[in-house]
Amino acid sequence: MMPPTVVKPPAVMNAPLLQVRGLQVEFDRQPAVRDVSFDLFAAETVALVGESGAGKSTVARAVLRLVQPARGSVEFSGLDLLKAPPAVMRAQRRDLQIIFQDPLASLNPRMTIGDAIAEPLVIFEPELTAVERRQKVAGILQRVGLSADMASRYPHEFSGGQCQRIGIARATVLRPKLLVCDEAVSSLDVSIQGQIINLLLDLQQDMGMAMLFISHNLAVVRHISHRVMVMYRGELVEVASCEALFTAPVHPYTRALLAAVPRMPPIAAASFAGDA
Amino acid sequence: MSVFLDDATRRLRASPAAVPALLAILAIVIITLFGPWLNANNTETLDWLHVAAHPTLQNAHWFGTDRLGRDLYARTLAGARVSIAIGLVASAISILVGVSYGAVAGYIGGRTDHLMMRIIEILSGLPLIFFVIFLTVIFGRSEYLLFVSIGAVGWLTMARIVRGQTLSIRQQDFIAAAVAGGAGTGRIIAKHVVPNVIGPVIVYATLTVPQIILFESFLSFLGLGIQEPGASLGSLIAEGVGEMEAAPWMLLVPGSFLAILLLCLNIFGDGLRDALDVKDA
Amino acid sequence: MVVPILNVDELSIRYADRSRALEAVAGASLRIAPQECVGVVGESGSGKSQLFLAAMGLLAGHARVTGSIRFAGDELLGAKAAALNRVRGSKLSMIFQDPMTSLTPHLRIGTQLAEVLVCHLGVSWTEARSAAGRMLERVQLTDPKRRLNQYPHELSGGMRQRVMLAMSLLCRPDLLIADEPTTALDVTVQAQILEVLRAVRSETGMALVLISHDFAVIAGLADRILVMYAGRIVENAAADELLRRPRHPYSAELLKCVPSLSGPRLARLPTLAGQPPQPGEALQACPFAPRCPRAADRCRLERPALAGSSMSQVACHFPLS
Repeated sequence: MMPPTVVKPPAVMNAPLLQVRGLQVEFDRQPAVRDVSFDLFAAETVALVGESGAGKSTVARAVLRLVQPARGSVEFSGLDLLKAPPAVMRAQRRDLQIIFQDPLASLNPRMTIGDAIAEPLVIFEPELTAVERRQKVAGILQRVGLSADMASRYPHEFSGGQCQRIGIARATVLRPKLLVCDEAVSSLDVSIQGQIINLLLDLQQDMGMAMLFISHNLAVVRHISHRVMVMYRGELVEVASCEALFTAPVHPYTRALLAAVPRMPPIAAASFAGDA
Repeated sequence: MSVFLDDATRRLRASPAAVPALLAILAIVIITLFGPWLNANNTETLDWLHVAAHPTLQNAHWFGTDRLGRDLYARTLAGARVSIAIGLVASAISILVGVSYGAVAGYIGGRTDHLMMRIIEILSGLPLIFFVIFLTVIFGRSEYLLFVSIGAVGWLTMARIVRGQTLSIRQQDFIAAAVAGGAGTGRIIAKHVVPNVIGPVIVYATLTVPQIILFESFLSFLGLGIQEPGASLGSLIAEGVGEMEAAPWMLLVPGSFLAILLLCLNIFGDGLRDALDVKDA
Repeated sequence: MVVPILNVDELSIRYADRSRALEAVAGASLRIAPQECVGVVGESGSGKSQLFLAAMGLLAGHARVTGSIRFAGDELLGAKAAALNRVRGSKLSMIFQDPMTSLTPHLRIGTQLAEVLVCHLGVSWTEARSAAGRMLERVQLTDPKRRLNQYPHELSGGMRQRVMLAMSLLCRPDLLIADEPTTALDVTVQAQILEVLRAVRSETGMALVLISHDFAVIAGLADRILVMYAGRIVENAAADELLRRPRHPYSAELLKCVPSLSGPRLARLPTLAGQPPQPGEALQACPFAPRCPRAADRCRLERPALAGSSMSQVACHFPLS
């Protein structure tokens, strides 16, 4: 059963949620990200695509100030995150969350998943009692498709897909305004990827959060993004609406990228019917 | 954690030497704690009738007596108690100080790390014995000083080990996730770094205990540690050396006690390391 | 009757733990004809890698393997190391997913390549090096002369994978097993590697087993496709047939899950509920039943065997037609 509706872009607000200007990140004096500028609006999904070494993850981490950029500004809700003092930056983090490529590695192996999910609550909502926290953790666990009694278990007891759900639970328990997904489904089985992506889309609809979706899988990106940004060797080479990028790519690199994706022959309709 | 511990416990139990070693250690500890009650003698009574006596069942001088007629059974057990206590307490100090120091240096990095490591390097360069002598001269001989001076030096390698472990886990995603989640440095070190470096810490701690006991024995042997009328295995050995030809049991009894204790601690530490360090297939 | 280049019969791979037994592969049987290209599709726990690691004798020491694997008629399981080594790396080659760790870090590329020829074919080092250089050209590695003198860490992932490919082709193998060869690579590099594989196949007529979780990668090269699930082969059919008209519900669902670059854009991606099973005890039921939209009572009680003609086999009680 395949719903045929096409993703509709949200109404573009006047003030972007995130404004990145002239971002430059250097490692050992070599620029990994060069003069990157873009806007991101509330409730929209913007994809950042490109190949390895293009700098996509670096951009994501720089925006969240997990690495320190050499130059540039990242304005979030009117505040320049790169110049904010540490305490102010920490306060902003409740609205800026991230999920990572390796779901198991992003969870502390010595912490129960309940504690891991509750940690943002402990930090940002200290007025909650332990009981209230437990309830919130149970609630978000159920929301991401797991059961509340899993809270006392450890990450290694879960599969990759389940670990990613836990990571999503942790990232969304405070209802952030922006969620960065850094190759969030790339290491998962194909049959699980759809589950996780649909979960993200559902949560986006519930919470109205914006998503910066980093991926090298153009087919997935095509279905879920409103806008797409293409990176090559640290620079943004093309930014376009999803429709435009996939039907009429402008930059030669974008065209090369699209041409390289292996194509599948169309599948007969009979196999969808699901009957003998 | 539970599965990790289960696995480690299973491996430990499977190792042929570790479990007997652990049992031997426990046996020694029990004997040193409860042994004296089996025997009416105490450590200080001078039994002029049986000076430098052979080990014998009479008069309950099971391990014999020393030059002053003091019962060696009681004194050896007392000495063992002191040595074990020093081993444990000094190790505890070195763990606490070493882990905190190493985790902070490794996590914060940069200039703070450089400074902290220079301090360790300077301290490592100090000859231990001179340091202890120096402190003894200033503060006089006391057991507490012994604890402090040994513990104060034992944390250095622990700090280095923890710093190394911290550097390697600092790059992992779950640390980035904690930072992104708004956790402050203190919280990250306490809840995310330290619990994940515990493995090597435990192993090193078990191997530190015998090192410390040996060091204390050496100090006492030199006359710098436990003094009369107190006893530690080291001081008893020192006394025993003087009487080696005439009354060999004065050397053999505390000497074997020390040797067995150290051997078992080392075997157990090795077994623990094998059990905890195995990388899963 | 042509002797299959690889003949697998009732292959089972079990790992015994203290408490339980894990079945990584259960009763797999397949035949690969000379010069054929077979794609093997499966997710984690499907056993697709284990099956072929068994053929190469690369399984962990505590693996218990039963059944038979014959390469050009010679039994590989239980063969002496010397006999295996004559075949491995020369007539039967394998390349792996992670090019970062497949090459020895402290030896130059030229040495590692030449070593293969010297050991297997007994040629001199100078001859071997020039043959290596020529092979690097064949796999479209830029500046081959320079590469011979470089160390692995000086090359990118795509370049290293090309070196691995060159190494496996040097002795003109009859069968190359490629286990997720492009998964760790960028899509543009992937396209190039697949192109090289295609070119080599048409030049030398080598048989190829291409293991991947990505249908699209396999679609371009394979004559035939095997689908594996929970350690078993659940479908075995000609590539065109399977891609257009899959008979096993898992194949069909998996194909639906692949998002396409053409076709309508979807608001939600198609999914397959549940997750692939971890290797565990063998069940007397169809392993796909918990997730299958067509599952009936019979599926939960009786495990379907792989059945059908030599052209198309499926292990399902109620296959799609």
